[in-house]
Amino acid sequence: MSAPLIVIGNGMAAAKFCEELANQGLGRYSVAVIGAEPHLAYNRVLLSSLLAGEVTAGDIELRNRDWWQARGVTLIYGRPALSIDTERNRVNLADGSSLGFSKLVLATGSHPIRLPIPGMELPGVMTFRERADVDALLAAAKPGTRAIVIGGGLLGLEAATGVAAAGARTTVIHLMDRLMERQLDPRAGALLKQAVEARGIEVLLGASTAAIEGQESAEGRRVAGLRLSDGRLLPADLVIVACGVRPNADLARAAGLDCNRGVMVDDGLATSHADIHAIGECAEHRGQVYGLVEPAYDHARVLARCLAGRAAAYEGSITATNLKVSGVHVFSAGDFTGGAGTQDIVLSDPGIGLYRRLILRQDGQGTRLIGAVLFGDTADGLFYLDLIRSGRDIGAQRADLAFGPTFMTDFDTAEAA
Amino acid sequence: MNAPVPPIAPETDAPVMRTTCPYCGVGCGVLARPDGAGGTSVAGDPDHPANFGRLCSKGSALGETLGLATRLLHPMARGGDGRMARVEWDTAIGQIAQAFGQTIERHGPDAVAFYLSGQLLTEDYYAANKLAKGFLGTANVDTNSRLCMASSVAGHRRAFGSDTVPGVYADLDEADLVVLVGSNAAWCHPILFRRLEAARAGRGTKLVVIDPRRTATGDEADLFLPVNPGKDTVLFAGLLAWLADHEALDHAYIDAHTSGFAQALASARAMAPDIEQIARETGIPTADLVEFYTLFTTHERAVTCYSQGVNQSAQGTDKVNAILNVHLATGRIGRPGMGPFSLTGQPNAMGGREVGGLANQLAAHMTFTPADIDRVRRFWRAPRMAAREGLKAVEMFEAVAAGRIKALWIMGTNPAVSLPQAASAARALGSLDFLVVSENVATNDTVSCRPHLVLPALAWGEKDGTVTNSERRISRQRAFLPAPGEARADWWAMAQVGRRLGFDEAFAWRSAADVFREHAALSGFENDGSRDFDLGGLASLDDAAFDLLAPVQWPVRSEGDTADKRFFANGRFFTPDRRARFVAPMAARLATEVGTDVPFILNTGRIRDQWHTMTRTGLSPRLGAHLPVPFVEIHPSDAAQLGAEDGALVALQSAHGSAVLEARLSAGQKRGALFAPIHWSNATSSNARINDLVAAVTDPVSGQPESKAMPVRAAVLPVRFRGFILSRAAVADLPALWWAKVAVEGGEGYLIATDQEPDEWRHHAAAILGTRDYAEYVDAPGGMYRAAAFDDAGALVGAVFLSPGGARASWDGLKARLAARTLSSTGRRHLLSGRGDDRAAASGPLVCACFAVSTSQIDAALAAEPGADVQRLGQMLRAGTNCGSCVPELRKLIQRRAPADLATVGVLA
Repeated sequence: MSAPLIVIGNGMAAAKFCEELANQGLGRYSVAVIGAEPHLAYNRVLLSSLLAGEVTAGDIELRNRDWWQARGVTLIYGRPALSIDTERNRVNLADGSSLGFSKLVLATGSHPIRLPIPGMELPGVMTFRERADVDALLAAAKPGTRAIVIGGGLLGLEAATGVAAAGARTTVIHLMDRLMERQLDPRAGALLKQAVEARGIEVLLGASTAAIEGQESAEGRRVAGLRLSDGRLLPADLVIVACGVRPNADLARAAGLDCNRGVMVDDGLATSHADIHAIGECAEHRGQVYGLVEPAYDHARVLARCLAGRAAAYEGSITATNLKVSGVHVFSAGDFTGGAGTQDIVLSDPGIGLYRRLILRQDGQGTRLIGAVLFGDTADGLFYLDLIRSGRDIGAQRADLAFGPTFMTDFDTAEAA
Repeated sequence: MNAPVPPIAPETDAPVMRTTCPYCGVGCGVLARPDGAGGTSVAGDPDHPANFGRLCSKGSALGETLGLATRLLHPMARGGDGRMARVEWDTAIGQIAQAFGQTIERHGPDAVAFYLSGQLLTEDYYAANKLAKGFLGTANVDTNSRLCMASSVAGHRRAFGSDTVPGVYADLDEADLVVLVGSNAAWCHPILFRRLEAARAGRGTKLVVIDPRRTATGDEADLFLPVNPGKDTVLFAGLLAWLADHEALDHAYIDAHTSGFAQALASARAMAPDIEQIARETGIPTADLVEFYTLFTTHERAVTCYSQGVNQSAQGTDKVNAILNVHLATGRIGRPGMGPFSLTGQPNAMGGREVGGLANQLAAHMTFTPADIDRVRRFWRAPRMAAREGLKAVEMFEAVAAGRIKALWIMGTNPAVSLPQAASAARALGSLDFLVVSENVATNDTVSCRPHLVLPALAWGEKDGTVTNSERRISRQRAFLPAPGEARADWWAMAQVGRRLGFDEAFAWRSAADVFREHAALSGFENDGSRDFDLGGLASLDDAAFDLLAPVQWPVRSEGDTADKRFFANGRFFTPDRRARFVAPMAARLATEVGTDVPFILNTGRIRDQWHTMTRTGLSPRLGAHLPVPFVEIHPSDAAQLGAEDGALVALQSAHGSAVLEARLSAGQKRGALFAPIHWSNATSSNARINDLVAAVTDPVSGQPESKAMPVRAAVLPVRFRGFILSRAAVADLPALWWAKVAVEGGEGYLIATDQEPDEWRHHAAAILGTRDYAEYVDAPGGMYRAAAFDDAGALVGAVFLSPGGARASWDGLKARLAARTLSSTGRRHLLSGRGDDRAAASGPLVCACFAVSTSQIDAALAAEPGADVQRLGQMLRAGTNCGSCVPELRKLIQRRAPADLATVGVLA
């Protein structure tokens, strides 16, 4: 009776989607999830915590086997999908089997970006994306190991903190003039650099990598250093490439679905094929691809409703970034570029590493929060994110806004949430 | 030295000294116990008959005002380069002797003058009076008491032939009706007011309050009569006529002991022909007039207390006499529970009057009659007696401005703040050939008038002698602290000058006791009951007996004559015919009427927790918390017309000067009437010295200026930003267009207004706070700027807060942080929110200064126990249980929370 629904990908988006679908319309579909990684779905966000040794592998598992069973989901993991037959609505798996679907959901996530430079293939050059990467990194990062992380974004900093905590002498090299430039303004970026350096991690800004250099060893040729484009050679036993991710649209592209950077979807998360949908990091909606969990969950919720036959539309996400490095609290949401028509409120206390910038837009309708950058104390981050999303007029609370909901008088915070 | 009294608290062996409070004229006994480490604990003296152990908020905070940080500790003389530099006392004495001597030689004795203070001890006053009137030959000895109670003195002398307060405080305990005229006793004489409240509770004493504005005292009244400014005489003329019409006169007393009644009654009838006319003139509803007159008629035990609302008037003497008339006409004088009662403003105004420390008195209640002059000359063996009255305060400063007075010695007072047309007075001081100022503090507005010499005077707790309170009770002020630096007693400095001028024998005193004995002896000299003031019975106290002198009421005509006394129950006035005089007052009118360009009438006065120019009370954070900024009270409708919200800055302008004050909307003000406190000076605010506005117009008899009815105009002063600065250290050269300074725990506070942008304040803040560790909050488009600086330990050392608009800024959340020597990291993170760590504990303005109870604590208590009354609040929070001066405010807070009572409040208001 139930229509077969296949989810390709067994990450956070997939798990959320299954949960939402079970809530919305249990029994309508018989669901199978195909995962490439040989694990139950886990919380990718916590990989850096796992790397840092703050949690164990069990802690990051999203749902246990019983949970999936209770929802009638067939889990097929460790067997990647090889192709999609859009004519016959079938998915071909690596083991040669194939599964038919009435609905297909692509939740294939992202690939880490690999740099087009010599030496990327050398042993000792790693990425930080999957659980297996954590194991590899922990095996490689020993006291005395010289580690270089390419990329001073969220992922790079989390990787650097992790391997540094494991004892590696760590350097972060970053192409831009400040860390996390896509999420932080210059002052927050500078504070972050101080905080990272305070953990014994060297940070080189404006540094572009020319090549990874190798050298012969007992185990064969492996990484020995990193050559910067200014000619400097930084010795390294381990190079972690964390320059970002790109949507994994490989299957879709091969199947002839419309793709740009990611798999193009409409407000119902449908691809150019009416029975095929895409959610999470692999999807491109209104020209936007997201590398964060929050939009993926939004996708999952909307799609589950749609497939349950209810009206729902996805109109884009306002995202927030939270750096997960213990003791370093960084939060960023919305538009912090400022510019014409916006106003800034800045609260700073360098002595205790505190910085908070709120970006407002004031017009005839009132005053709205459109962006927030928090450094040092991010407890109010979600509160600001809600304000940004709701577009509520905060004109009357402007004087207290920077101090968070506890200090905002006559303000019903429940309303904002 | 002084013999310490036995310790009152057996658990400690620190010595306790009995002394007397240096503030108002109630003259409360104080027990002071120095802790030996710079602090002193202070308590009311349970055995003192003025207060029986109670102290008001100011008295309770005395221990907070004894620091030496602001004190003048050495004689300083102006050098050729214009700078002040330390000199030896010997040099200073020589300079004064030379300057005064030469001035008299060249210009005559009336070219020198002394301007004294009701804060001086009787012995200091006596020395000044003797030096000037007996040895320099001038009666140019006047005092700030001229600004305070000269009209009472003049009224007493016109009616009684002497400056005699007939009654005693116990009369308040025994009265059935107490009428307060021009007196905010709940704030200005709190301990007496408590006594009155006790009588009301105990025997049902009725309280009538007569005042143009409804003060905290008026709020407590059974009947409040909002008299129009200057119309008190009409009200009392009406009462006299009513008493006559209702056969309430004591004809036997009138016939036996008075004269002039018929003319006075006729004059009263002319002034107050009928109740409607009285109602029209006084602005008091007819029914209330009838109620008051009936109350007075039917309550024989009636006491009429009056204070500055009566005295500080160009017709103050007439007002006093109008009051005295009704008591004389009913014979209600000098008997238990009845009589007119002048409540003195200062701790020793009475003592000053006793020695003759006023230009129109000679000495010891003697005047400038040939007989008195001769008697005093013989007693003093004086070579150069003043032969006529000297110049009263306002005239004295006019003479200074005109160059007729060339050398002036100011002691213990701040005339550049307190005189009318204060700016003119300050300018005049700068023109003197020789100005010497004896002071406690190193800087104030008067010390800024380029004196040639400043002398460090002993302050309360260091000086030693006597003071007299409003009920003629002489009490000892005793030293319990060592003299700091080179500070010396004022009597000593004057004696040295006298000796330097060659009068060794006349100024040979070795101690305050020596001076007191001479003063007592003079009062008894050839007295034999002819003069009211007589301390003959104390003239032979030995040093030990002087040290142990218990509070005693004068007269003390013979040794052991220490019982309390009243005057005039059986007549025996001190006029030549021993009869009292009825005086017919002049037609009631203000010296200056309002006009279209100056439509408001400005009343000035004291507030509950400050004293005079705040050189002492201004040091106490507790006292600063009640009303921290200079303000103007204004009726809400007038404020609305001006466009002034509560807290807005309002500029007042008179013909003589201007001030910028914070508006406080008060339905207790009459329409068209304003009230501003007298306390702020150029040392404590940018532009709030209220006497700059007040005209130097005086009562023709008493010479007391009209300080409570100045026509002014008012306008909102638009400012772009308001805010505050807190700093452990004082901030010099504030870059604000308006500011007021307040003592706060752990440092100084400044409330400010500015038109400068937050970005400019970023630079000012860096300069004010220093370039250390500091946090900032900048919302330039929103007009907000906040900064806070921290020391090495992370504790707050300073803060700057600015907000847009004209509203007052709240600093309650920050103030406590300055006092704390530590700050938690959470506290620091939230600091610039301007709120306390625990939002529930954010304190709000202080209501009870004695126990530091804030509005929000009271609100919380009332929320927890909705029916709680004042007494219950006292049990819960201790609020109002010490001095009780906040009880009216507590009552208001209770009423505000009780909707059922609102209607009543509305009607009363």
